[in-house]
Amino acid sequence: MFGYYLDLALRSFRHNRVLTTLMVLALGLGIGASITTLAVLKLLSGDPLPQSSARLFAPEIDPLGKDSTTPPERLWRDWGNLMTWTDAMNLLHARAAQRQAVMALTQTKLTPQAAGQHPFYSDGVMATADFFGMFDAAFQYGGGWSAQDDENRAHVAVIAGFLNDKLFGGKDSVGQIVRINDHDYRIVGVLKAWAPQPRFYATSLGGRGYGNGDAVFLPLQSAFADKMNPQNVNCFDTGIDANHLDTAPCAWVSLWVELKDAADAGAYKTFLSNYVAQQVSLGRLHHPEVNLPNLMGYLAQQQIVPDDARLQTNLAFGFLLICVVNTVGLLLAKCLRRSREIGVRRALGATRRSIFAQFMVESAMVGIAGGVLGLVFAELGLFAIRQQPAEYASLAHLDPAMFAVTFVIALVASLIAGLLPAWRACVVAPAPQLKSA
Amino acid sequence: MQIQPILAALRKHKIPAFLIVLEIALACAVLCNAVFMIGQRIGEMRVPNAIDEAGIGYISVRGTDPNLANADIPRDLDALRQIPGVTASAAFNMIPLGGSGWNTDVGTSPENLLSKDSPNVAQYMFTQQGPEALNLRLLQGRSFSGEEYAASTLGDDFMPTAHVVLVTRSLAERLWPGESALGKRIWIGKQTNYTVVGVVADVLRPNQNGLGAAGFHWSLFLPVSPNKGMGAYLVRSAPQDRERVLRAAVQKIESLSPAAVVKGRLFSDIRDKFFANTRSMVWMLVLVCVVMLAVTAFGIVGLTSFWVGQRRRQIGIRRAVGATRGHILQYFQTENFLLSSAGVAIGMILAFGINLYLMQHYQMTRMPWVYLPASAIALWLLGQLAVLAPALRAANVPPVVATRSV
Repeated sequence: MFGYYLDLALRSFRHNRVLTTLMVLALGLGIGASITTLAVLKLLSGDPLPQSSARLFAPEIDPLGKDSTTPPERLWRDWGNLMTWTDAMNLLHARAAQRQAVMALTQTKLTPQAAGQHPFYSDGVMATADFFGMFDAAFQYGGGWSAQDDENRAHVAVIAGFLNDKLFGGKDSVGQIVRINDHDYRIVGVLKAWAPQPRFYATSLGGRGYGNGDAVFLPLQSAFADKMNPQNVNCFDTGIDANHLDTAPCAWVSLWVELKDAADAGAYKTFLSNYVAQQVSLGRLHHPEVNLPNLMGYLAQQQIVPDDARLQTNLAFGFLLICVVNTVGLLLAKCLRRSREIGVRRALGATRRSIFAQFMVESAMVGIAGGVLGLVFAELGLFAIRQQPAEYASLAHLDPAMFAVTFVIALVASLIAGLLPAWRACVVAPAPQLKSA
Repeated sequence: MQIQPILAALRKHKIPAFLIVLEIALACAVLCNAVFMIGQRIGEMRVPNAIDEAGIGYISVRGTDPNLANADIPRDLDALRQIPGVTASAAFNMIPLGGSGWNTDVGTSPENLLSKDSPNVAQYMFTQQGPEALNLRLLQGRSFSGEEYAASTLGDDFMPTAHVVLVTRSLAERLWPGESALGKRIWIGKQTNYTVVGVVADVLRPNQNGLGAAGFHWSLFLPVSPNKGMGAYLVRSAPQDRERVLRAAVQKIESLSPAAVVKGRLFSDIRDKFFANTRSMVWMLVLVCVVMLAVTAFGIVGLTSFWVGQRRRQIGIRRAVGATRGHILQYFQTENFLLSSAGVAIGMILAFGINLYLMQHYQMTRMPWVYLPASAIALWLLGQLAVLAPALRAANVPPVVATRSV
């Protein structure tokens, strides 16, 4: 029977070419727009480190002064896990988690050794030793530095693969010297391509939320001793001395910790509360609240997905709804026009159920055609987005999951659109239709 | 035109009529909000900025030794001012719409500094000739004197030791509503305050800093002598000279400080880059609106054609008993008008609801009511346009159809 319904549907499409084209086109446009925006939204709200995000946590404390009236939740939303140097170092040295790293971003000036080449700026990360292991950064050559190097303020550096390609033609550069901000650093490792999206560790530190990975990684204490400026400094009290950010009342480093499981996280939160309570009793801190979201919770708190991307998705689904209503109308028009044909089929013995099935098959075919067209439109839309100036633009692609989602949306949309017309078709009374002929 | 027969006919076609109403309602709701968002964004891009946008080139200089800044900057400025066509040049810490910048909370007294409504403002600093390089428009008071520049250095807390400040009109209005700002004090930090000596026309800040459009004009200007932290130069020239002047300026600075990383940009490019995302969002919204209206129009054409086809006999009968073509045309137009009106009425309520939802979940302001009637009119027109072709086809149904049996 199914084959017969397909044949009937194709005949009806041939009979009403303009109407069918309109339906497929409208549905295709709606689906294309929805899939494009959905793909972008999925990309923007994705998990940057799928293997380890559940184990990564961002300790948040409130370093503001006595007379601050800012609620901690508001502060954490604005500042994330930003804290002062003193608190970050205390928590780092307590080593209460499996792994922990303190970090800040900086712009590094790189001076190529070859004569005649201009110095240039690259995105740099100042971090402590566990950064690479915690954040799944794999090495092409060499490895990271040790906690000992951190404390000794060793002049060692890890560079990204793309910088290694640029400076050393992609060869193993471990042991080579690079000149960073007019200081010599010895390369100990070269990363493989590493650019988690969103750049979860970067947003509170004044970096961009999406896009290329960082180029240079330096031990935090060494870089700080060499007066590299952090990219984001939030000061909250007077007596700020920009030359001594380690003692200034300014939050400019962030801490990430790795904890095995929920029990561990609970224990760490207790540890954090105790630490803050102790600092409050010492008079260094004034607000006892702490927070310990995991990576995905942290991204949700930071509202990292741009408003425009979410608005566009809402808009696209509104548009899809209009397209579906439109399809309902056109399908209905089409099937009521065929009342006579339905009457004849019913008179010849077709049941209501089979009429219903026939029209649902027809809608499903419109849906599949709309889905295929929608995919074409989505690829076009994503191509257009890749030409856009947004920092996430180059990442916009359709993955296999979205490919499947497209057809699910197309089928569901068209079947919903087909329900009403098919129902109207199957309640057509055969007798009057035959009589009027 | 009588409405009763139309309503009676519509009652026989409840579902198609309902679908048209629904489609128009949805289109109206989306259109209202999309057009409102387009308007908001275009407004954002057109916010006034009282500087000489057409004549400014911006040269950022990074990677120099900060301890030599007080020698390097006067030398560089001398060289820049010798470039033919340069009318003014000064060292700056940042530029309007530059993206990143120095922001600071200010108060009108040390006490209200930490209160929740102490505004966050952009802190511009420049050396002598700074106001001329930007072409600041002085509305009240005076600009800085040579001594005020010379006496001001940048401390370790990155606050100038000056005692005077220029503020934008919007900031003055925000801090001292309804009063003259001249002679008043602005506190930055509990120990540091500056006396307002002049009010200038509104200048944009480097970024909105999460404040939205409201705080986009909250800027203040402080004088400093050549100092570390002043990482850029502004050169102003006649608009037709700006490209040549900028190229010459970059070359000069590169040759004077070979170790520095020098980058020159025209202000017009800085503006384009700042609003690039906004612009692409506007185009995306426009595209969606156009396609949506087209889909709606085709939906109306499809459904109306269908029921014109269904009513050929009735139309024939009406024509046979004396209705003119005009009557038939009018009939379908009126019918469409009624359906559109119902759709628009529901659509406006829906649009209002969507706006409320967006206000809750996004940085969105209340939609001015004019958007509602405006998109209602747009959809009425669209409906009339869409119904025209099927209605004309209906008007062309010959009366003889009534007498035929089929």
